[in-house]
Amino acid sequence: MSAAKCETGWGDSLSTEAVPEWTDYPTPLALRAIDPPPPGEHKRKESSPTMSSKLAISYQHVTKRFGSLAAVDNVSLDIAAGEFVAIVGGSGSGKTTLLRLANRLIEADSGTITVEGEDVRNVDPVALRRRVGYVFQSGGLFPHLSVADNIGITPKLLGEPAAAVAGRVDELLELVQLDRATHRDRLPEALSGGERQRVGVARALAARPRIVLMDEPFGALDPLTRDALGDDYRALHRKLGLTTVMITHDMTEAILLADRIAVMRGGRLLAQGTAAELSSSSDEYVLELLRTPRRQVERLNALLPMGGAA
Amino acid sequence: MSLFTDPRWGEALSHLPDYLGNHVRVSLAALALGLAVSLPLAILTRNRPAPRGILLALASIVQTVPGLALLALFYPLLLLAASVTLAWFGISFSAFGFLPAMLALALYSMLPVLRNGITGLNGIDPALIEAAEGVGMTARQSLLIVELPLALPVMMAGIRTAAVWVIGTATLSTPIGQTSLGNYIFAGLQTQNWVFVLFGCMASALLALAVDQLLGLIESGLRRRSRARSGLGALGIAALVAATLVPTMGRSSSGYVVGAKTFAEQYVLSALMRDRLKAAGLSATARSGLGSSVIFGALKAGDIDLYVDYSGTLWANQLHRTDIKPRAELVAELKTALAKDDITLLGELGFENAYALVMPRRRADALGIRTVADLAAHAATLSIAGDYEFFSRPEWAALQKAYGLQFRAQRQMQPDFMYAAVASGEVDVIAGYTSDGLIAKYELTALDDPKHAIPPYDAILLLAPKRAGDERLQAALKPLLGKIDIATMREANLRASGNDANSSPDAVAKWLWEKIKQ
Repeated sequence: MSAAKCETGWGDSLSTEAVPEWTDYPTPLALRAIDPPPPGEHKRKESSPTMSSKLAISYQHVTKRFGSLAAVDNVSLDIAAGEFVAIVGGSGSGKTTLLRLANRLIEADSGTITVEGEDVRNVDPVALRRRVGYVFQSGGLFPHLSVADNIGITPKLLGEPAAAVAGRVDELLELVQLDRATHRDRLPEALSGGERQRVGVARALAARPRIVLMDEPFGALDPLTRDALGDDYRALHRKLGLTTVMITHDMTEAILLADRIAVMRGGRLLAQGTAAELSSSSDEYVLELLRTPRRQVERLNALLPMGGAA
Repeated sequence: MSLFTDPRWGEALSHLPDYLGNHVRVSLAALALGLAVSLPLAILTRNRPAPRGILLALASIVQTVPGLALLALFYPLLLLAASVTLAWFGISFSAFGFLPAMLALALYSMLPVLRNGITGLNGIDPALIEAAEGVGMTARQSLLIVELPLALPVMMAGIRTAAVWVIGTATLSTPIGQTSLGNYIFAGLQTQNWVFVLFGCMASALLALAVDQLLGLIESGLRRRSRARSGLGALGIAALVAATLVPTMGRSSSGYVVGAKTFAEQYVLSALMRDRLKAAGLSATARSGLGSSVIFGALKAGDIDLYVDYSGTLWANQLHRTDIKPRAELVAELKTALAKDDITLLGELGFENAYALVMPRRRADALGIRTVADLAAHAATLSIAGDYEFFSRPEWAALQKAYGLQFRAQRQMQPDFMYAAVASGEVDVIAGYTSDGLIAKYELTALDDPKHAIPPYDAILLLAPKRAGDERLQAALKPLLGKIDIATMREANLRASGNDANSSPDAVAKWLWEKIKQ
């Protein structure tokens, strides 16, 4: 089931046919929570058997302070090539800081961060950012540039010829399932929230990065769009063999999309592992994060009649 | 004669290429310089609150200085700079006209450009600057590709404000020797030629509107990424500059420049001298409306070739003398002193334009006042008005000292309005000019100065150092020397103060020549 869902094309789940698929099962939420191993588990096994030898990103005892506040406090976390890791935490937990340390939007005070084996301190930050895709909260699209110019910005910065950039933009529009003719020359203001975020994803992928960092990418979207985009991105992640680190405050989203989840609170990494591994954590906060979606599902199941149309 | 058939419109129009051209050039040069300085400063200080605050405070202070004062300040400043560069590097430049006007106006343009530039750049959503960094832009690329384009509408609004201010303020550059549309306004105010005043105001307003619209076109073109629009706007500005250059280039610039201060008598005399030079086959232009502190320096530096000044003025202001000598003796001594600066005192025109305390004849008779000494007894109950410089001049100090004058109140006034003010009783006494035609018109009387506290003010013709040995010039001017008596000059001034076509300085100069040529 879950594999089939992951193969769903971009945008399909917004269509009406997507709805019956959901109703075939009690609900996917409930199923995954009840039935270990979650989808991420077997995927990681098939995609990266030599995970420990191929680290995409590695944080070793990393600390970052803003004044007296330790935003990231002695965090160690390894992310394997091909993995989809979600960093979950409330606001002020340090999750965004942790993400930005990876492409040097923020510089660490101490500890070591490596990206594809290289210490980021030894890499030119601009070059690093050009080879690591970054999806911003609510898109971060440049309002004065067309969709095509937004998507093509990084290849253009890398000095690719205009014709090659234009070809790449068309390719990416197709990849994120936006209609070339209607969207290419529009300004971001003429797009819906979901379309904007698709452009944001396309822009992050434009320079063919192997690593994509996502900062609460689907947080501001309505639930249907959010679900569709999440699934569609998950499919792209597999298809392109990406390593993805996604920040979210939503444990449900993390469980549904990610192979592995890292939980942060007050700058510290409380726990990391698959949803199943986290469920045996001894930390009360982690357990509470996991219980909340489950409780919600149970209440939903109780409130929504099983045989109904929805 | 209706307002629209007034021949002075035609006369005003004939000056337009010259005045408008100079106005456009000095305004756009100032604006370009202002932008070239302000925009980089705005960019450099956008993330540095301390220097940004200092910069904005300085620009605000400049803005509070009245335009006329700012322009006037640049003249002595540049004069000083010119003498320094001459002494140190052997390079001299003209502190007159274009340069001080452009610098002062550029300074004036800085506040709106700086403030809007900084506001525009600081107003950008920080998330977008982060996004620019995140997609791999360098700081420079972020500035050029993201920040500047996004700040552009606000910045352009500042540039447009600056353009309108500069074009408006440039009318005030006339007194420091920069020809501008202000020439209409200054000349018009002095000679009561309201057609000129109106014409000058309208021309500068239209110019400001046109430039504002062209800049607006560039702005909307840049914002909509339409090359055609911004190109059209830029083309319009370029066309404006080109159009103002064409008529100037066709003209010879080698002629004599006749200077005139900012009052009617000076306009008439400069027109008279210009006509004499032309009659002698010499090309000549008038440079009118020069501030009285600027004009002597301009002559000394050779920016103008000749003008008429008054012996007492130079005696006090240039030689810094406070003693009073008889008319002929003072002129002779002045001539020797000026010769040290290679300035030729060609001779006296014949009349005196001295300061005199003036009051209505009937009032004076009723109070039994004939002299300043008589006036002193009544002064404590009377008010006095003078022009803008009178109360800071040594003559006023000398009068006060000699007669113990203490008035109830003193006011400063535009000279043209002084006579009407004293005639109507608005003030009791004015510091008028002996050659002014309005003294007769309003039945006023000039009080005697038995203690000779006020020095003599013979109208004297001065030539620039470079014209010292110019015999053709001197021959052309000789017929004027000693020919203009006080009655003739008063009548000429009275004519010039009228508000009709026959009262233009040119027309009065022709009448004056007809009168004195025998």
